[in-house]
Amino acid sequence: MAPTTESRVLHAPMKVEFDYTRSLGSVLSQFMSALKQHSVLGGVLADGRVVVPPPEFDPVTHLAITELVPVSDHGTVQSWSWVPEPVSQQPLDKPFAFAQVLLDGSDAPMLHAVDVDAPADISTGMRVRVRWAEETIGSIRDIACFEPAGDSETSGSASMDFGPPEVTGMISPVNLAYDYAASPEETKFFRGLSEGKLFGQRCPVCEKVYIPPRGACPVDGVPTAEEIELPDRGTLTTYCVVNVPFKGQTIPIPYVSAYVLLDGADIAFLHLILDIDAADVRMGMRVEAVWKPREEWTTSLDNIRYFRPTGEPDAEYDTYKHHL
Amino acid sequence: MAKIPAAVIGVGQTKYQALRADVSMAGLLREAVDRALLDAGVTFDDIDAVVVGKAPDLFEGVMMPELYLADALGASGKPLLRVHTAGSVGGSTAIVAASLVQAGIHERVLTVAFEKQSESNAMWALSIPVPFIMPVHAGAGGYFAPHVRSYIRRSGAPLHIGAMVAAKDRQNALKNPYAHLHNEGTTVESVLASTMLWDPIRFDETCPSSDGACAMVIASETAVEKSGITNPAWIHATQMRSEPTTAAERDQVNPQAGRDASAALWKQAGITNPIEEIDCAEVYVPFSWFEPMWLENLGFAAPGDGWKLTEAGETAIGGKIPFNMSGGVLSSNPIGASGMIRFAEAALQVMGEAGEHQVDGARKALGHAYGGGSQFFSMWVVGADKPAH
Repeated sequence: MAPTTESRVLHAPMKVEFDYTRSLGSVLSQFMSALKQHSVLGGVLADGRVVVPPPEFDPVTHLAITELVPVSDHGTVQSWSWVPEPVSQQPLDKPFAFAQVLLDGSDAPMLHAVDVDAPADISTGMRVRVRWAEETIGSIRDIACFEPAGDSETSGSASMDFGPPEVTGMISPVNLAYDYAASPEETKFFRGLSEGKLFGQRCPVCEKVYIPPRGACPVDGVPTAEEIELPDRGTLTTYCVVNVPFKGQTIPIPYVSAYVLLDGADIAFLHLILDIDAADVRMGMRVEAVWKPREEWTTSLDNIRYFRPTGEPDAEYDTYKHHL
Repeated sequence: MAKIPAAVIGVGQTKYQALRADVSMAGLLREAVDRALLDAGVTFDDIDAVVVGKAPDLFEGVMMPELYLADALGASGKPLLRVHTAGSVGGSTAIVAASLVQAGIHERVLTVAFEKQSESNAMWALSIPVPFIMPVHAGAGGYFAPHVRSYIRRSGAPLHIGAMVAAKDRQNALKNPYAHLHNEGTTVESVLASTMLWDPIRFDETCPSSDGACAMVIASETAVEKSGITNPAWIHATQMRSEPTTAAERDQVNPQAGRDASAALWKQAGITNPIEEIDCAEVYVPFSWFEPMWLENLGFAAPGDGWKLTEAGETAIGGKIPFNMSGGVLSSNPIGASGMIRFAEAALQVMGEAGEHQVDGARKALGHAYGGGSQFFSMWVVGADKPAH
């Protein structure tokens, strides 16, 4: 949702995504490698039952599962549920059934999709078979889905001649899309920024001025209703020089990340320091905001591009030491 | 209400390293668990409950990993709890496990903490850009480096103190077969010559990214007797405290929560002079400068004086208060496990089982962890003698 002036609080889309790597371990490496060769392996539990996908540890004896056996790629629907509106990343992009499928040769069903057009086309006891993905790579998605099979149709068991597992890891992309909502107090602060103003709030008990405002004092736990406009200059209390590249970084390194204590505020916030060599930055240095051109202002703290030295004498240590 | 005396009777660790591609997450935990059970001389049948800890889910991208881990941890049919207090989680997990025994609820509790940092990127996970805010934040180092600068300013510590800590911990790690970094020849000079990452923190003054797990078996007095273990690590005191990450004039160098936790810890353990009565300490030092900072926060030194103990060599093995004999977080950092490793290494010291990095005659040891923006603290004192309640 784009920021709007009508809503009580500001919203913005926020996306978190990462390609996680997974080491599969011995059991799942064998399972995934077999899938690549269009074979399904089950794990043999201590009581002799065969389970697909194979668990790494026995749920009763807790011992590591070591014996894997091939099972059929044909099986029987034990139970099912209809999915009228598939969502992104599901096995099929049309309505389908999720079903518990008991593969021939196994003793516990696995959950997967069955490609049928309507609920009338699936029933408990129906025979189904694996539809393999066009390209199999050693992933659970090598089983694209299940599809109806003839009642008498069976598949021979695959051989066990797989050799050492070919697939020992996988990439697991995670992609989370949030609607980020600022609090009402932050919203006032961010909207103030869009007019070039800096609004904080004072705690009625300890009288400390918070910027950005919190809505409640973290020490006294009471609402902070009184609004205070603060100047765009202050004292740099402490800082570091970031010289580490990392994924998602938006500011070129090296840069000075500093706590700026605005005059009249009782808490410093982190911002960027420029127009000075990093080696010349000092604790106690007086700084002022350098704003973007007015026409570029939005409801964001990066309306202030950075802070720069004012040229005033450094603040006395005693004036800011209780902020370190 | 009197607590039931409880003790660590078994410890298990994996070899900490950058990448354990040969095992799944479950397999990694199980390795530490099997070693702890073996060390305690018990099996899963003897375990009443399992308490597992790890740092943020975003680190591996597995939501509620405890659900998936239940089989591997032998937790089927038993209570399984997950604890989460950011970087301090390994410590608070052990404390929750200990509490279940001390409260008389269970006889033997298995506790384990882990991180498989190779599956993700903690720097990324800790620097997610938030809408409307200036994206200057740069991981844990970027968070802590300004506060390290504040410490240096407040204490007047010479600039080589951080390098002294790093060199000492890396030398200690050479004596610990489980340590991730075995960097021969690390010296104060070599640390000072390493790349500045988050000025004033240099590369060699930071912790590595590790895969690893650490497990312990905690037993009641009765279960200790039945176990046949003659050198258990008795739990003398446990404390946890928290505070807001940011508050006006919050002391980020010597946080209130840490001061309060340690004061309560010493009182509970009957300790009046920590530096004289504690024989050694495993303290969460992910960036070298946190050694002098925590020396002060824990009350081993007056505010501003911690660095003097470091400079005088008093935190080395053989010193007055050895810190991080195992090599510490600076030498192995599977984040979620790091706190538990501190607690377990403290236990190993008083059990007399710390091998080459054993402090001679250690009878009382501190295990410590912190997390968040120095926001969560967890700590325990373990002793060779049963606590006098």
